[in-house]
Amino acid sequence: MTEALSPGAPAAALRTARIPLFHRLLKTPVGLAALSFLALLVLAAILAPVLSPADPNLASLQDVSARPGPAHVLGADSAGRDVFSRLLFSSRFSLAGALVTLLVAAAIGVTGGLIAGYYGKWFDAISSWLTNLLMALPGIIVLLAARAVLGPSMWLSMAIFGVLLSPAFFRLVYAAVTAVRNELYVDAARVSGLSDSRIIGRHILTVVRAPVIIQASMVAGIAVAIQAGLEFLGLGDMTIPTWGSMLNDGFANIYKAPLLTLWPSLAIGLTCVALTLLANTMRDVLERSSSPKRRRTKAAAPAPVKREAVVRHAESERTSATLGEELLVMKELSVGYTQPDGSVKSVVNDVSLTVRRGEVHGLIGESGSGKTQTAWSILRLLPEGGRVTSGSILFEGKDLAHASEPDMTRIRGRKIAYIPQEPMSNLDASFTIGSQLVEPMRVCLGLSKREAKDRALALLGRVGIPNPQRTFAAYPHEVSGGMAQRVLIAGAVSCNPDLLIADEPTTALDVTVQAEVLDLLRTLQSEMNMGVVLVTHNFGVVADLCDRVSVMRDGRIVETGPVKSIFAHPEHPYTRTLFDAILEDGDARGALNPVPAAVAKETPSE
Amino acid sequence: MLRFILRRLFSGVVLVFVISTIAYLLLYLGGGDIARSILGESATAATVAQKAHSLGLDRPVLEQYFGWLGHAVTGNLGSSWFTGQAVSAAVSARVGVTLSLVLGATLISAVVSIIIGVWAAARRGWIDRSVQLLSVVGVAVPGFLIALGLVTVFAINLKWFKPTGFVQFASSPSGWIATATLPILALAIGGIAGVTAQVRGSVIDALRQDYVRTLRSRGLPRNRVVFKHVLRNAGGPALAVLAVQFVGLLGGAVIVEQIFAIPGLGQVAVTATSQGDIPLVMGLVVVTAIIVVVVNLLIDLLQGWLNPKVRLA
Repeated sequence: MTEALSPGAPAAALRTARIPLFHRLLKTPVGLAALSFLALLVLAAILAPVLSPADPNLASLQDVSARPGPAHVLGADSAGRDVFSRLLFSSRFSLAGALVTLLVAAAIGVTGGLIAGYYGKWFDAISSWLTNLLMALPGIIVLLAARAVLGPSMWLSMAIFGVLLSPAFFRLVYAAVTAVRNELYVDAARVSGLSDSRIIGRHILTVVRAPVIIQASMVAGIAVAIQAGLEFLGLGDMTIPTWGSMLNDGFANIYKAPLLTLWPSLAIGLTCVALTLLANTMRDVLERSSSPKRRRTKAAAPAPVKREAVVRHAESERTSATLGEELLVMKELSVGYTQPDGSVKSVVNDVSLTVRRGEVHGLIGESGSGKTQTAWSILRLLPEGGRVTSGSILFEGKDLAHASEPDMTRIRGRKIAYIPQEPMSNLDASFTIGSQLVEPMRVCLGLSKREAKDRALALLGRVGIPNPQRTFAAYPHEVSGGMAQRVLIAGAVSCNPDLLIADEPTTALDVTVQAEVLDLLRTLQSEMNMGVVLVTHNFGVVADLCDRVSVMRDGRIVETGPVKSIFAHPEHPYTRTLFDAILEDGDARGALNPVPAAVAKETPSE
Repeated sequence: MLRFILRRLFSGVVLVFVISTIAYLLLYLGGGDIARSILGESATAATVAQKAHSLGLDRPVLEQYFGWLGHAVTGNLGSSWFTGQAVSAAVSARVGVTLSLVLGATLISAVVSIIIGVWAAARRGWIDRSVQLLSVVGVAVPGFLIALGLVTVFAINLKWFKPTGFVQFASSPSGWIATATLPILALAIGGIAGVTAQVRGSVIDALRQDYVRTLRSRGLPRNRVVFKHVLRNAGGPALAVLAVQFVGLLGGAVIVEQIFAIPGLGQVAVTATSQGDIPLVMGLVVVTAIIVVVVNLLIDLLQGWLNPKVRLA
């Protein structure tokens, strides 16, 4: 019965609303329509005595079921009462009934939520238990039972329904208050000696105001619906005209005068829809204004328009002679995201790089420099809205930038594999580790269940997992981060890929584990003679693993060449800044990842 | 697993006990002169007092309550004051009818909203926007209006289905289809709207998870990842909404049964409450609470199956 909002409505985000909600609502077509309808309705309800052509309860025998005409604009009902007048007065009582529910629900829910959220402790437990209790029974059964005891009073029924709906407010306010209770500005107010009631009034009420208004709109809609439902069943107070009782009369005469059900149905339906749409639009408006660009945090700032020349270091003859054929040739690749307004925001510009078989190509730069975007575009697994806007990605003679999705599916896993950055979030928590290893092998290599399992166990052993059998049967949350990353490496190499895309494979790991994982990667790479694109922000990792490196900044490659040459003569100022950062702080990003693997191995753990 | 079930069952029993206690006390404290209303205005004071005595109404409330409770735990819920029929018989004759409607509607909501929700989340664009708008409207429009609309169009005008009555599936499957389709649809539409919105939202969330990219990077086709991994992860929140919807549908059934004149729990509820037939009302409250508890337990178990982390809790 209680179509409660999720308590997760971001209270902190709603707080940032500065321009009055009302004004912004009027600018959306849905908001304008819903508000206008409701305003008209309220006006009609208030002015009912003035607007009504007849007494809504005046029965007239000669007008029974009269058709619409000059005497009765919308006809008359089965007792000869004027339908239009009844409709106007019904709006009065129906809205007033809904208001009673709303006020009771809001009073109990908001007060309870504020107290429980602010003071916490035992009040918490009791109130959430009560909330569950109220949610466990269908509202209408309770209302019917109450009616058996208290008699058919609409006001009383609506008040009881308000109690039943109070959890909708309680949960919302409770969640919002617990979220801000420990915020600094509330602490500051407490320290400066403000009384609890003033803190609640000034700081906390402002936070919950917007979500409460949204919830009020939802609850009002539910109240209108349930009230009409009760009256429609003939369980309401038959002495006052309401939409529900009009519907009841209409339905009883549906064969004789089908139009009688139409008007109250329209009134109920439109009111409920208007209130719900209003609530939804308010939420949309608030969410849109508070988070203009979430989820784009990885996207780089708009690249400078000016194209500067890439600093290219000469190939030393030795490297090009010993390495294999070209696996991946990326030419002037650009990646962009389509924005809500239709424009395209570019995050990678004119990136060209080549990876040979057996070669490790490092892609280094700060967060947001476009390295991960470049990596994802090779797999064609860019997030929603992202696509290759120009350039080509040649792999085995095929342009991946323009390959069909089925072609890409055939290439992924078998030819190009991927090791992600964050081990835990890259395993599906709902499936065992084993099943996540077995499934791709069965699809890609066509192995039987038995064969795939044997291979998975062998791989788990190969990547250094001490008890493959146990890890195979475990769920992701049952293993450590380092183990999880090994599992992901096993998964990446499980179908013998030629090219491996590793996106900061050690960033999320402990320092000691990092060294081991880098070792493992190096061994696997040379054993399987894979080409590797290694995304990192750590020159230590580059020195340890890479043959060649490209430095990225703002979506462009600024310097590229053999690792030795770049380490010896960094030419681009940005490359030098990155080096300086290592010398001064140990790392370009901070404390996460400070030591090259070779040093880390010598450091005793803990 | 077993401990989890036992603990949930225990808290369910406590919940049913608390609800029935509150209901009983409220009903008795608020009740008027019941013996008078059973016998009618013409009865003499003596016969009214005798009736009250025979019903045990002259005893203290607590004594009456413990008497009721003592019988209730053995499954004896007393008998109706107005018809004399045993409450358990009156309820059990009808509970199947209501449950067949509500479970049918729940199943249909689950299946249809998974299909539409996944479709909207995977396609996005205008399909997604229309689905969103429709689900808001579907949630907002009260179930009885939908029922009225269905009756008017499909039973009264098109005459495809029967406007009223109910035929048990066991006695005539075609009769059941003719009578149960519209009520189930009327209940399901609101449910579909509510659950679709949730499925859509949680599928969109799940699609953004890192593991989706990783699984696809291993050569699994997108649809396979969506239907196996994304759906399973989106299933938890969707099930939670389905549980809330089920309680709503149980309430909605009361009104829908009235419209279609179906002899289910809702009909008994309406008669019993308008007469003030307290033993029958109590029976209904207890049975409804038990149904809600059992359904919630089943949904919790499903949650545990979907998401292994829940099992530890």
